[in-house]
Amino acid sequence: MSSDETQRPKLAVWKFASCDGCQLSLLDCEDELLAVADAIEIANFAEATRRVVEGPYDLSLVEGSITTAHDAERILEVRAQSKYLVTIGACATAGGIQALRNWQDVKEMASVVYAKPEYLDTLATSTPISDHVAVDFELRGCPVNKHQLLEVVVAFLHRRKPVVPQHSVCVECKLRGNPCVMVAHGTPCLGPVTQAGCGAICPAYNRGCFGCFGPMESPNAVALSAQWKAMGVSNRDIMRTYRSFNGLASPFREESDKHEP
Amino acid sequence: MTTDPPVLLPREQFGSLLEALARRGYRVVGPTVRDGTIVYDDLTKVEDLPIGWKDEQEGGHYRLKRREDEALFGYVVGPESWKKYLHPQRLRLVKAERDTSGHMTFTDGDEEEPVRYAFLGMKSCELNAMMIQDKVFLGSGTADSHYERRRKNIFSIGVSCGEAGGTCFCVSMGTGPEVTDQTPHDLAVTEVIEDTSHYFVLTAGSDEGREVLNELPATPAGPEHVSAAKQRVEHAASTMGRRMDTGGVRELLRENLEHPQWEDVAQRCLTCANCTMVCPTCFCTTVEDVTDLTGDNAERWRSWDSCFTLDFTWMHGGSARQSAKSRYRQWLTHKLSTWHDQFQSSGCVGCGRCITWCPVGIDLTQEVAAIREKDNHPAPTTS
Repeated sequence: MSSDETQRPKLAVWKFASCDGCQLSLLDCEDELLAVADAIEIANFAEATRRVVEGPYDLSLVEGSITTAHDAERILEVRAQSKYLVTIGACATAGGIQALRNWQDVKEMASVVYAKPEYLDTLATSTPISDHVAVDFELRGCPVNKHQLLEVVVAFLHRRKPVVPQHSVCVECKLRGNPCVMVAHGTPCLGPVTQAGCGAICPAYNRGCFGCFGPMESPNAVALSAQWKAMGVSNRDIMRTYRSFNGLASPFREESDKHEP
Repeated sequence: MTTDPPVLLPREQFGSLLEALARRGYRVVGPTVRDGTIVYDDLTKVEDLPIGWKDEQEGGHYRLKRREDEALFGYVVGPESWKKYLHPQRLRLVKAERDTSGHMTFTDGDEEEPVRYAFLGMKSCELNAMMIQDKVFLGSGTADSHYERRRKNIFSIGVSCGEAGGTCFCVSMGTGPEVTDQTPHDLAVTEVIEDTSHYFVLTAGSDEGREVLNELPATPAGPEHVSAAKQRVEHAASTMGRRMDTGGVRELLRENLEHPQWEDVAQRCLTCANCTMVCPTCFCTTVEDVTDLTGDNAERWRSWDSCFTLDFTWMHGGSARQSAKSRYRQWLTHKLSTWHDQFQSSGCVGCGRCITWCPVGIDLTQEVAAIREKDNHPAPTTS
């Protein structure tokens, strides 16, 4: 059964501006969850338990982006309490879909959406965790892939580098036997500039990649956009496609800006 | 080697070939339509073949189109190659287990009993590609046991092309379109469709091929059938969508490592690795170790890798080939130049997959031509 309580590393999961989907990926590891709980003391994980163990923590998984002054303070405390800090998901690593606000006037939007916008206390931008504190590892995805999440935790436990490739989704398509939707169907796809990790889910269902895992290691978004244009995709659609879950991540950001109609 | 007399098998009897192979315990795999492409998968009946389909191919473009006839092999090549059966995308090499005393036990991770595959519909370029991979995996003195186990069971049925695709250039590479004795095969097939007749001309390329032929309801092919088959192949040879001047290409690339064209192609290259994944001769792999939560069980996995990834040349301090330029140059010079140094042949069979399946349609025949046009170090060619 459980190893010595004092020997188990302490894991904390923190939520910032996010949908909780990445945290849920950890709960999704159903088959492995008991083994995880056996190997690690889950010291803070609001989605799973109310029990909170005091810091410091050996490993902090941080979900979500920084969108309030309070969170900008809180992440400093999380960092101070954490030996290793790993961001999980597109919000934490790239600002998330809520970073769309960075291109808009937040005050104006709030006045349209909320009856009493004066109750809101929010920053003008959504920013990734790495803009605020040092991050030891960034796990991509919207949401993260549970196998990769488990791999990061296991690698941390055994003090080895996690096996998380940074090459394109195309490699995963080919390993899986997906035909290229861009070449064979004429479907615009972000796969060539997007980091692998999802298992090429969308192309497996004959859809183009949405770029959930953000830019791959050496993305050539300029060349991909040129091809999309040749395929008849409008500037507006190119802009909107890059400007989604990872819109703030370079070079998706630059590429979307370039295609503003 | 004496050439066997060709035999004729009517279209209505083609199923007998699949039956004969199945009787011999082969699992027949070959072309079939899936997701708008022709892929290789299990075939249980003739109707599984891409009957009446052709593949329209250009740089970065592939579409299945209906043919005007009901040809079984009226396509060129699809995105996949046969290497997936012989050199699997992912393969567990080793399993390791640690017992309570800390003792480690290592066992072979490649437990899969090799399947006896019959590859039905190998185009000549693909037979050449298999021959090249044979050299890579078996010819260097230290055979790759995983490849060897799978390869030795293969029954190969080559099919000569009756027409070429938009990105084909096997004639330039000397690898097709006719299945010949230059490439080992068990059976060679040419499909002929004339006004009222649809038949196949078959020849055996091995003893087992001969045995299979003898089990088929085939008759000796007449000179008119052989001539019609020959015409089909000649038609294919004369309709190549691409060509490459291979004269001295080995030296040409070697002498032009700083050619401005490398920078030009790097602007277009996505470094996505599609070209290497679809290439029937590319063989590079990466090896990853994984552990379970307890750390008592570990596995070592091998999976296809590409010289277009940064990890491929990762050493302490980073990747040796940071730029797209250096990665594309590595791929092309290896394929067409240093492959000769390493394996005594070209690494390209002219199948055109890397052109078709490049999402932005980069065309190695054009890149080579551009380098040749402004050859910075013209030297007397020897090859």
